[in-house]
Amino acid sequence: MYEFTYSKASSVDDAVDQFGAAEDGKYMSGGMTLLPTLKQRLARPSDVIDLAQVPDMAGIEVSGGTVSIKAMTRHAVVAASEDVRGAIPALAKLAGGIGDPMVRNRGTIGGSIANNDPAADYPSSVVGLGATIQTNKREIAPDDFFLDLFETALEEGEIITKITYPVPDRAGYMKFPNPASRYCIVGVMVSQKGSDVRVGVTGAGACAFRVPEMEDALASSFTPDAVADIKIPDGDLNSDIHASSEYRAHLVTVMAKRAVAEAIA
Amino acid sequence: MSVKFSFTINGKSVEGESEDRTLLVQYIREHLGLTGTHVGCDTTQCGCCTVHINGIPMKSCTMLAVQADGCEVTTIEGLAQDGELHPMQAAFRENHALQCGFCTPGMVMSAIGIVDRHKGEKLDEKTVRHELEGNICRCTGYHNIVKAILAASEVMNEAQ
Repeated sequence: MYEFTYSKASSVDDAVDQFGAAEDGKYMSGGMTLLPTLKQRLARPSDVIDLAQVPDMAGIEVSGGTVSIKAMTRHAVVAASEDVRGAIPALAKLAGGIGDPMVRNRGTIGGSIANNDPAADYPSSVVGLGATIQTNKREIAPDDFFLDLFETALEEGEIITKITYPVPDRAGYMKFPNPASRYCIVGVMVSQKGSDVRVGVTGAGACAFRVPEMEDALASSFTPDAVADIKIPDGDLNSDIHASSEYRAHLVTVMAKRAVAEAIA
Repeated sequence: MSVKFSFTINGKSVEGESEDRTLLVQYIREHLGLTGTHVGCDTTQCGCCTVHINGIPMKSCTMLAVQADGCEVTTIEGLAQDGELHPMQAAFRENHALQCGFCTPGMVMSAIGIVDRHKGEKLDEKTVRHELEGNICRCTGYHNIVKAILAASEVMNEAQ
């Protein structure tokens, strides 16, 4: 790791002030991506501003047809939450499949979404369930948040405070994990709420995206067969030592089918 | 740059100071001399560095020392009480759940976490194998490790 100056933020405003004063600041929530990145010297922030001590940044609230998860809530807490398991079991399942138990004990939902790793699980839930991202400044709509590889609609210094999910009628999440890291090679979240169907894909492209063709097919018939023959083009998909773009395109269809089967089970 | 912090480790309080970037595992091993916590991969995958922070297993290679400020840290050295092995340690010995022993401290710390997460339940092999996904052993093939954890969970559940 290169040298940096560590500081704790006492509040969201304090964090924003510290970020503004830093030459090249970086927020840290759970640190499950940031610290490995620093260790590999892939980033060189002047300041690391720790959000862990900010009060009232973690917790889950279910009310009025929504599940709101504060940004510093750890994956293990979401996975074990009776409220989340009752309202959106697919979301609890997603959280319980991230990394390994020790990673889930530290990593946070806000950190995962803000970081926007193309192979992270949570981004598929934002687009696949239609979650609203609350920041210290504004609300960001689910389809406006993820822009590109590690690039989001967040402005410099903006902090996610809460993610609000509408409770769907049914939803399913299925991923094909990398056998070593457990990151998604492809993960698909499907949901149905009234006539609104969403299919959110992570791992396959530069960032999470929807598949309108699958959504239209599922809107007429919410069954695995409805998506079985829908292939997405592999041209812009990720290709690396773990999986070619053609394989990822194939996996999107397979995972979507299985996610629908889980949703209706 | 350096930072100051304080935490308790295995019941003893520590007033520490390190570089901002010092990892918790480095601090535990090199400053506190507790070398039971190992560094295997240094990339958050192998689990050899697992310690308990406020009773919850975490990977100390992926935490800064200063992030333990105000916490209770437990390492493998803190498990045995009055010269008597923790039930998990005893079960590892009883079931020959180690060969080279390098992964063992992390395995034991993670395994206690598995039993804690399933308090009062009868653990099954599938759950144990699945929840060991954050710990890598290159000798045993995991078989005796799983046996040891199942045996210890019975002892630990009885003790409650």
